[in-house]
Amino acid sequence: MKIILTATSPNIDSNIDGRFGRGAYLIVVDPDTLEWQAHPNPGVGASGGAGTLAAQFAANQHASSIISGDFGPNAYNALQAAGIAMYLFGVCTTVKESIEHFKDGKLERVSGPTGQGRHRRG
Amino acid sequence: MRITIASGKGGTGKTMVATSMALSLAWLTPDKPPLFLDCDVEAPNAHLFLHPSVTEQQEVGLLIPLVDEAKCTHCGKCAEVCQYHAIAVLGQKTLVFPQLCHGCGSCTMLCPEAAISEVPDRMGVIERGPAAGGITFAHGILDVGEPMAVPVIRQLKKWVQPQPGQVVLCDAPPGTSCPVVETVRGSDYLLLVTEPTPFGLHDLNLAIQVASELDIPAGVIINRVNGPYQVLDEFCARQNLPVLLRIPFERAIAEGVAQGKLLVEIHPEYTIHFRHVFSEIESILLQKSNRKDQPT
Repeated sequence: MKIILTATSPNIDSNIDGRFGRGAYLIVVDPDTLEWQAHPNPGVGASGGAGTLAAQFAANQHASSIISGDFGPNAYNALQAAGIAMYLFGVCTTVKESIEHFKDGKLERVSGPTGQGRHRRG
Repeated sequence: MRITIASGKGGTGKTMVATSMALSLAWLTPDKPPLFLDCDVEAPNAHLFLHPSVTEQQEVGLLIPLVDEAKCTHCGKCAEVCQYHAIAVLGQKTLVFPQLCHGCGSCTMLCPEAAISEVPDRMGVIERGPAAGGITFAHGILDVGEPMAVPVIRQLKKWVQPQPGQVVLCDAPPGTSCPVVETVRGSDYLLLVTEPTPFGLHDLNLAIQVASELDIPAGVIINRVNGPYQVLDEFCARQNLPVLLRIPFERAIAEGVAQGKLLVEIHPEYTIHFRHVFSEIESILLQKSNRKDQPT
């Protein structure tokens, strides 16, 4: 199983990044073995559509779940279509802590966009 | 001749200048009144002063992709080519995000299965009709919630073509971003309305850079003149910007405009001032074309 978390630095000891589309790094991790890989978020430099770009990345990685701080409408619809479950960091501040909370089933699962989204046309 | 009235800073009096200039020219040449385009499609207001009767209306927008899931093999080419990330291939689903799409057509063109067709996505309307003084009036209205003004402006400009020899006046949106650039594009002259404040000067400086980037000659009208403001005059001199008119900061003007009156109705002598501004622009453009025609 692969899950993805948004993080401020490219390693598993990083703090979380509350943004999905524009979170600095995407940490792809197997929660059981803690085997991980860090990728720069492709959405960071996008002039628009950061959320859909990051969601496309997650779908290409065949992730089953994503943990982040905020999912705008475009990101939500894209991840929903890809069948990827979305969770919020909640009280967690680090990537490792979030993985533990995820495994313990303590994270809130998202059932609709959590924000307005910021970047649209133009 | 196409003159665009822009400013940089908002609220300097673009529409006040543009509408009165239009009417001054209409009264001067009743057989060929100008064409007036309100390109501030996010908040058009020139109709409040020129009172057009709308005779034609057209919906405008973009052509956005529609994916035929029966033909789609989810190869991902469309998502790869999209600069705006408006289409994503997510497992066995291809999803279009209309609000992100710029209507470039790349996905449709590059789909190897020809699974994408294009459907119109409405973003606003454009309207036209005769207005005060026989002016041909047209404006665009962007739908509430639509974030992109440029396609509406582009289609407005394309829809309303001037008669041969007809003067076109474009009332631009404030700022210096894409909608302004789209409005200014193709103009022969840029008339920049500013005010004698640090903010007005700062944004005039930005607007000048748009003009020089697009290689369009520009002149300045200073509105709300309230005593000397040396730095603005020095700036204009340094930039070689002619100051074509100064309009005083005056209660009667403010009250009149707030009541929906044109400057030329409040102070009829401005008819002469605006005709003078126009003929100065004409001679500036004539000099410029003479210089171009001279062998080097």
